[in-house]
Parts: sequence; C-alpha cells; structure tokens
Amino acid sequence: MSRPLRYVGWGLSRIWLIVILAVLWQVLARAAKNPYFPPPSEIFPIVRDLWFSGPATHFFLTSTALDDFTPSLAHIFAGWIAAAVVGVVLGVAIGRSRVVSELLDPVLQFGRAVPPPTLIPFFIVVFKITDTMFIVLIAFGVIWPVLLNTIDGARTVDSVQLDTARVFRVTGWQRLWQVILPAAAPKIFAGLRVSLSLALILMVISELVGSTAGIGDHLVNAQRGFQLPEMWAGIVLLGILGLLLNGLFVLVELRVLAWHRGARRLAG
Amino acid sequence: MTKARFVRGVIGIAAAIAAIELASRTGLVDKVALPPASTVLARAVGQLGDSDFLHSMASTLEAWFGGLLIAIAIAVPLGLALGSIRWLGTASRVVVEFLRPIPSVALIPLAIVVFASTTNVKMSLIVYAATWPILINTLYALADVDPLAKDTLRSFGFGRLAVLWRVTLPFAAPFVTTGIRISAAIGLIVVVSAELFSGGGGLGTYLSQTQSGGGRPDLLLAGALWAGLIGLAVNAGLVWTERKVFAWHAARTEGAA
Amino acid sequence: MLEIKNLTHVYGDGYKALDDVNLRVEGGELVSIVGPSGCGKSTLMRCIAGLQRPTGGDVVLDGTRLEQVPGNLAVVFQDYSRSLFPWLTVRDNVGLPLRRHGKNRQERRTAALEALQSVGLADAAQKYPWQLSGGMQQRVAIARALAYRPTLLLMDEPFGSVDAQTREDLEDLLLHVRGNDGMTILLVTHDIDESVYVGDRVVVLTKSPGHVCADLPVDLPAERDQVATRELPGFVHLRAEVGRLIRGDSSGRVHPANAGESPSV
Repeated sequence: MSRPLRYVGWGLSRIWLIVILAVLWQVLARAAKNPYFPPPSEIFPIVRDLWFSGPATHFFLTSTALDDFTPSLAHIFAGWIAAAVVGVVLGVAIGRSRVVSELLDPVLQFGRAVPPPTLIPFFIVVFKITDTMFIVLIAFGVIWPVLLNTIDGARTVDSVQLDTARVFRVTGWQRLWQVILPAAAPKIFAGLRVSLSLALILMVISELVGSTAGIGDHLVNAQRGFQLPEMWAGIVLLGILGLLLNGLFVLVELRVLAWHRGARRLAG
Repeated sequence: MTKARFVRGVIGIAAAIAAIELASRTGLVDKVALPPASTVLARAVGQLGDSDFLHSMASTLEAWFGGLLIAIAIAVPLGLALGSIRWLGTASRVVVEFLRPIPSVALIPLAIVVFASTTNVKMSLIVYAATWPILINTLYALADVDPLAKDTLRSFGFGRLAVLWRVTLPFAAPFVTTGIRISAAIGLIVVVSAELFSGGGGLGTYLSQTQSGGGRPDLLLAGALWAGLIGLAVNAGLVWTERKVFAWHAARTEGAA
Repeated sequence: MLEIKNLTHVYGDGYKALDDVNLRVEGGELVSIVGPSGCGKSTLMRCIAGLQRPTGGDVVLDGTRLEQVPGNLAVVFQDYSRSLFPWLTVRDNVGLPLRRHGKNRQERRTAALEALQSVGLADAAQKYPWQLSGGMQQRVAIARALAYRPTLLLMDEPFGSVDAQTREDLEDLLLHVRGNDGMTILLVTHDIDESVYVGDRVVVLTKSPGHVCADLPVDLPAERDQVATRELPGFVHLRAEVGRLIRGDSSGRVHPANAGESPSV
C-alpha cells in the first residue's frame, strides 16, 4: 500500500466512530425535536455567528468573542501558570528533603482533598468579585496536583543516577538543572496536565457562580433566557477550548519529553 | 508507615494549624476573612450537632455515592465491551479523547433546565462526570494488556472468554479502581459546584447560605474542612480496598498510584 | 597510590559486609577484585568511591584520607541503563562531568568526542543512550569515565549485564584504553576468568563478612588475547587457584607477605 494511502487508512480507522456518532447525534436530535437537545445543525451556526464571524484581521473573532474570551482565558492562564511555577519550585524544594516532605505530606494531602468549589464563597468574601478572585481561586485549586506530583518526582530520582552525579561531582544548581528536574519531568508534566483540566473546570464554575463576564456568564444568561441553542453553543465552545488547551499541552509535552517516550518504549 | 513518618506528619499538621492560628490572631491576616484555626475547628465540631448541616451533607453524599455507583455500572461494562475488541477499542479511545476535555460543570445550567428535581440534576451531572475517568482508564488498561500473557494462555487451549477473565480483567482491575478514585474526586467537585450554583440543597447550598446576611466565614471554612475530610476518607478507603484486593499488583509494580 | 586500611563496614541492621580489608594499589595497576556473591564487593567499591563512609578503617588516596567523593575518581556502574541519563545525548552524557573542570562548551564537546572515538563510538554522539545496545551503552559509560581523566577508575561489575560475546569485546577495550593515561583501575567482578584475564593482580574476597583471603599477581604476558591467553597454562592454573579459593573459602586470612607465592602450591 502506498504511503499516503496508508496514512489515510490510519486516520480513518481512528475517526470513523466519531463520524458515526456525530451523524447519529444529528439524526436523533432532529427526529426527537426536543427543545432541550437541538441538533448540531442548529448549534454550530450559532457558535459561528456569535463568536467566529468577525473580520479576518481579528482571526474571525467577533467583538462578543473578545468580550467573552478575554476574561476567561486571562483567568485560566494566569491562574494555571502561577500554580505551575509555585508548584514546581516548592515541589522540588520539598521533595529533595525527606524530612520536610514527610512533615508536609498529610497537610498537602488534605489540601488536595478539599474540593475547590467549596472555597468559592470564601474567596468571594475575601477578594470580592474581581479578576484577582478568579485567578487566586484557580491557582489555589490547581496547585495541588502539580505540587504533589513534583514532590513525588523529585523524591524518586533513580539512586544510580544520583550516585553517578555524586561520583562525577555534579552538585548544587547543576545537579538540580541537569539531573533532578529532567528525572522528575515526566511526573511533573503528568501533574501539570491534570491541573490544566482542573483549571478549566474551576474557570467555568467560578464564572457560573460569580458571573460578570466570560464564557460561563454566557451560559448563565442563556439559561436564564431559556435559550437552549445558545447554551449548547457555549457548551460546544468550552469543549473546543478544552480540546485546544489539551492539544497545545500535549504538543509541548511531546517535544519536551521525547526522550522519555523513547526510553520507555525500549525498556518496556 | 514508619513511626518516624507518622510523627512527622502529625507535627506537620499541628504546625499548619498553629500557623493559621497565629496569622489570624496577630492580625497578619484579616480576622474577618480568615478566622483563627481554633474557631474554625470548634465550629466544625459544632456542625456535627447541627441538623441543618447534617441534612445538607447527607444530601450531597447521597447524590455523590449514588451517581458514582451508576457511573461504575455504566462505564466498566461499556469499557470492557469496547476495549476487548481491538479496533473498536482504538476508535473508542479517540472518541473519548475528543470528549474528555469538555468540562462537565459546563453542563450544570443545562441540567438545571432539563430536570425538575434537584436530585436528578445532581445525579445526572455526577453520572456524566464520573463515567469518563473510569471509561478512559478501562479502555487504556485493556489496550495495555501484555499480549504475551494472552498468547500464552491461548496456546494452552483457553478460549477468548477465559482469557478475558484470567488475564485481561486482573490486569485491568487496578487501573479501573484508579479511575474510580479519580471519578470520586471529580464527582465531588461537580456536585458541590452544582449545589453552589443552583441552590438545591446540599453542602454547596449550605456554604453559600453561610454568606448571606452578615456572613460567617468560620462556618464556611468549617464546612469546607468537612468536605476535605470526607474526600480524604473516601480516597483512603478506596486505596485501602485496592491494596487488599490487589496485593499482588502492588508487589509487582513498585510505583505509587 | 591507594591504600585501604582495616576497612570494616557494618550496616544499620547489624549486617557486617566487610571485615578488616587491607589492600595496597600502586599507580597504573589494574587490580581485579573477585569473590562470591554477598562478599561485600559493592560495599567495598562504594567505600572507595567515597559514596559511603565505612564504619571502621580508612581509605587513603594519594596520601589523603577520604572524607567525601574525591575529584580525581570515576566510576563505571554495572547498570548502564540507569547510570546514563536518558534525557541527554551520548555526547552530552560523556561531556556532563567535564563541567566541573571549568571547560567551556566547545572544549567539553571536543573532549567528549575524543573519548567516544577511543571507545569506537564516534558516530553515536548524537544518539540517545537508549537507542544503543547494552554493550554500546557501557562503552559510553567508559568513555564518560575516560573523558573525566581520573587518576583512579573504579568499575563495579561493569560487564555483568551484557552477553558473553560483548563482554569479551569490552574486556579487550578496557585493556586497550588503559594504556593511555597511566590510570589506576580497580575492577570488581564475579567472573573469575575475567578477573585473571584483565588484571595485573587478583584480589580474592571471602564470603561475608568479606575480607581479603588472597592477593595473587597475574604472571601472564602483557599482551592479552581472548583465545591465546586463556589457553596458557599460567592462566589455567591461576584461574583454578582463584576458583578453589572462592569455593573452598574462609580458609583463613593471607598476610600480604604471602601474597606473592607461586599459585601452584
């Protein structure tokens, strides 16, 4: 079989189910005529009209899109990046010390176990409904997977690798950069990935509760106005956003951890 | 767990509580916003006798557990069925990767509009949210089964069903239970979120009600404390069960779940 | 240049791995240390490398007592797949320890490539360790040690994880590269043939607690050949003697003064 044909075959073998399900969705929704479950043929045009029918110079984004996307994206990025930076830095510091990580383990486990939405009313009291509130809420909520995974990764660096570093006198900062961080990287990235999906969840729920602007707010308005297609449009949009964020993350991870996949494939 | 580790853990908790206590009492942090740890702990104990709180808690837990069980009943058989046929499993994994980034909380407004009773709202959301991690883990576990183990059994004349029972299921089971743990955590987040937003009874409603009027951050934090403890307890319980049932698996793979 | 005096090591749980080990190694020698499993070979290696503090006795390197890992020592570990860093290319793996020597990136690269050349792996420089076979990975580890230009090279069962064919190639490689810098080499192995084949001396350790029960000079021509040398009567006798010592075992200590006696007695 020729190469391009093989790629097509590979692609088809994977997406055929998606295609079937999408068609099924359209057919069933159309037939059911249920106002709560409009067919995709109704939903997607709304998605386009609301947010993606703007001028080409603006990447086809409408002004509504800019109004809705900007606060949402700003919150999630700021919150996630803050959590990532603090989580990794603290995680490595804690993970390298057996005593400290044992001291803090129960506290951190508890911190992770508290469902972040339970703290939304608390954060609203402290920060009122401001951008800071959203960012701090998201950061506080998603730092735990990063922190705990980083600690685990920093603690479980292979002893032979550490011995090698000692023998060849790779110490201090160099050891941190050249040995510990790369060794812990797979676990760190796993934590970052979990926290990214958690950040999206928190972004949505915080906007639902404290709605002033953003995609969550759009959902609330659609709900109040009983506009089901618009609401579904918001859901679809969030799905697209989730896919994009996840996809971007995976791309970066593939690049950074290429060595890890290669090593594991051959060891496995 | 060694004695030293236990002691250090306890010291850590004590130190954290002391830190919050100090931060609040010395005015380092606004006392109105962050009450002292002792106050919060006292309120938490008090909540055990508060029927209002207990009712809310029960409502949340009911929906949580009920939804989780239904999700398991749906996701595990579905995952097994889809995953044991190779081409179907591959295609299913792609579908799932497409759908998994959709945040389940985005469906809260929809559920509120569709369902009349708040219980149904919560249950439907939990079932939806909790199904994915279990389904995903099941699918991926089945894809990962060592073909050599399967082939070995087949070469001894065992049929497909026997291979499923003796090789595939034991291998996949620990991953499925990890998925259940993740689903439990997500389910709790979703149900509290739904209650916060829609006010239909339950812990989330209780928490937002503490803020009406003057606002009681001490009760608020105490409620959150209980939520965290329950989450921990459920997770610990699941881990303990896992370790008991899958002692052989923990011995084989040295990694932490 | 290396003196091990009364080295004793007892682990925290009371297990005595080494008991009063005494050894002198002159500069440029290649000493094989061989013994049954559990004789404390690896513990001895770790103590000499400064990775572990012995509970008793001293390690004296070039006249100074060892307190921590010295700067002129390199180790080749048995488990190359865990000793080489999978996130670095072969060349960067070899060059990493050279950062300590204050060389800039260009100098490190050149030194790394030179070392790789001496082990015959110049083409693999841009590959990753896990892309290479076991024998090649161990050669990279050897290259890394060589590039470091140590005065003492420790090898802890370096060829234990490769197949017999590759092992022979690596033994010859070792003999080949050792000539270059007047490096002193200590090689720990469980393979009796290997210990005699590569060494100038063979030190035999007893079962735990390990101590030196024999210190035998290898009276064979300096030019070693896998087939020819192993046929020599001298090789066969020495090998048998070592084998007897390891099996017979714990027949009492041997004073260093006796060490030079003819092995056929």
